[in-house]
Amino acid sequence: MLLQGNEAIVEGAIAAGCRFFAGYPITPATEISEVMSYRLPAVDGTFIQMEDEIASMGAIIGASLAGTKSMTATSGPGFSLMQENLGFACIAEVPCVIVNVMRGGPSTGIPTQVSQGDVMQARWGTHGDHPIIVLSVSTTQDCFSITVKAFNLAEKYRTPVIILADEVVAHTREKIFLPHPGEVEIIDRIRPNMPPDWYIPYEDTSRGVPPMAAFGEGYRYHVTGLVHDSRGFPTQRPDEVKGLMSRLFRKINQHFFDIQMVEEEATEDAEILTVAYGSVARSARRATREARHRGIKAGMVQLVTLWPFPRQILEPKLRKLRAVLVPELNVGQISREVKRINQGVTRVETLNRIDGNLITPAEILSRLMKM
Amino acid sequence: MAEVTKLIHKYLRHDKKFPHVWCPGCGNGILLGALIRAIDRTHLEKDEIVIVSGIGCSGRLSVYVDFNTLHTTHGRALTFATGVKLANPKLQVIVIMGDGDATAIGGNHFIHAARRNLNLTAIVVNNSIYGMTGGQYSPTTPYGSLATTSLHGNIEQAFSIAELAAMAGASMVSRGTVYHTSLLDELLEKAIHKRGFSVVEVISHCHTQYGRRNKMGNAADMLLWQKKSAVRIEKARTMSDEEMQDKFSIGVLVDRELPVYTQEYRKVREMAKKAMTQMR
Ligand SMILES: Cc1ncc(C[n+]2csc(CCOP(=O)(O)OP(=O)(O)O)c2C)c(N)n1
Ligand code: SF4
Repeated sequence: MLLQGNEAIVEGAIAAGCRFFAGYPITPATEISEVMSYRLPAVDGTFIQMEDEIASMGAIIGASLAGTKSMTATSGPGFSLMQENLGFACIAEVPCVIVNVMRGGPSTGIPTQVSQGDVMQARWGTHGDHPIIVLSVSTTQDCFSITVKAFNLAEKYRTPVIILADEVVAHTREKIFLPHPGEVEIIDRIRPNMPPDWYIPYEDTSRGVPPMAAFGEGYRYHVTGLVHDSRGFPTQRPDEVKGLMSRLFRKINQHFFDIQMVEEEATEDAEILTVAYGSVARSARRATREARHRGIKAGMVQLVTLWPFPRQILEPKLRKLRAVLVPELNVGQISREVKRINQGVTRVETLNRIDGNLITPAEILSRLMKM
Repeated sequence: MAEVTKLIHKYLRHDKKFPHVWCPGCGNGILLGALIRAIDRTHLEKDEIVIVSGIGCSGRLSVYVDFNTLHTTHGRALTFATGVKLANPKLQVIVIMGDGDATAIGGNHFIHAARRNLNLTAIVVNNSIYGMTGGQYSPTTPYGSLATTSLHGNIEQAFSIAELAAMAGASMVSRGTVYHTSLLDELLEKAIHKRGFSVVEVISHCHTQYGRRNKMGNAADMLLWQKKSAVRIEKARTMSDEEMQDKFSIGVLVDRELPVYTQEYRKVREMAKKAMTQMR
């Protein structure tokens, strides 16, 4: 089957159980809305075109609170508008998936050209300290399977999950294998099984993730963007404030190994490592194979999880390397993170492009040959 | 037991630490009473009701009542409510916003929610000012009024919230005051029953931030001002514009049958399913 990345994202979402989508048209993410608008009603789901991206983000949070897996999709300008309500989803622990098909920025930027400029915004875009899960996709197949994973992580950890796609991945039409519905692993949020009187909606559990009741199920509780106590009521008591904030971080941090995903290519004996993600990982893979043909001990790590940064996977590798190359379509966002964990252990080089074009395999190869 | 005590026991959260955040005499407390009485009259189950509120003094109402409650972000309550309603149309969703909340930062959502005509009840507490942030002028602050950001008098014109809602396409639009409580109970009950988007503009007072600065007296004086200025819509319709100067109408201003979004969407689903089977 041939699908475009954006179409594959829709298929992945529906396979994962997404039944609500709210969005506002924007290049290069529009196809996600368009396909959702006829795919969702056919499976008894709901699509709605909202008045802007702020509204889209609000609507998906509302739908999720009412018990429906929900998603929105946008690009840079819309992603900026979503930030305040994204923070609401973090603090109120509302599972949802946000797709940002990155295009050149800032502002209206270059709507039709590829970029990876929103990596840091995805991490820190909403105000205040908060953990977040951000995944990236590099192929049409990823668009399907990573979208399923995004929903699973959102449900498992009661958190918004951001998928960073880019213009190239979103619009490339390529072969994809769609698994049968029964073959897809689907995780649903844990629902309370105690009587309503015993339900403490934001109770600390060993996993750090409290069970989540849907509105209308008999568990009447309060949801707010204010810092709240375990019952959901606003609080300013330092112990309760600290309790909530540290649990929010803990529930992600203590599950690093479940959340961190990478794909490796020829890393075992590699002396030079390329760390790439998104559409650039496609070029990096080609370049790595080509370099091996020429006898260079090159390897590559494709980051699927961008945040929390897969430090635990990368750190042990750095010690064995002569150098690391981080090619990106920005002035160096993930490379900053690689340098931060590297702490001078090996040499970290960057390869950046911000002209709206993809980094080619040849560009990466020629750098690898010089390293 | 007195009727009011029964209602308090039934609908207010006993596990929430009172006292509330409102100033003594604030109109928000009166609205809370009216809302509880109106809901009680509808005989809806508490589990079926979702109260969604925005940010502001009025937005704090949601925390006190024993329903499914959702305290959202400033201006965005209607967007969250839209998602809740679409995900579970059986829920009765009531949205509470302040005047700044609904018509300044949330103005776009307000007109589009009215136009879209989902079955939601939107209550806008109009106290002519930004209460929570300490008395800055809002889109409903009258021309010439004093606020902390208009020390020499407001130079902007005020919105009429009810007219805005009517123009934008709401199915039902009413206006009441916190002085005319039995009318308010009635308007709220009608709005909840109404199929389609219904708006209740509740003229209220913020004596702390607005009344004092504009020499309108204390909470009681401001209630009397509401009594003096409000004219039943039936009577208002017989009065000239001149006679209505400095007055406002109260009652059900608009009541019409329009296609409801969720009903329309059911048709979309049927057509989408048909199209899908044809594709196969
Ligand atoms: C995005 C954003 N901007 C500003 C604020 C600050 N703020 C909180 S309440 C409020 C105004 C509330 O006024 P109104 O909506 O009229 O409600 P009232 O307090 O009078 O009931 C403002 C500006 C905020 N919380 N969020
Ligand atoms: S500041 Fe005004 S609106 Fe807010 S609680 Fe006090 S009186 Fe009421």
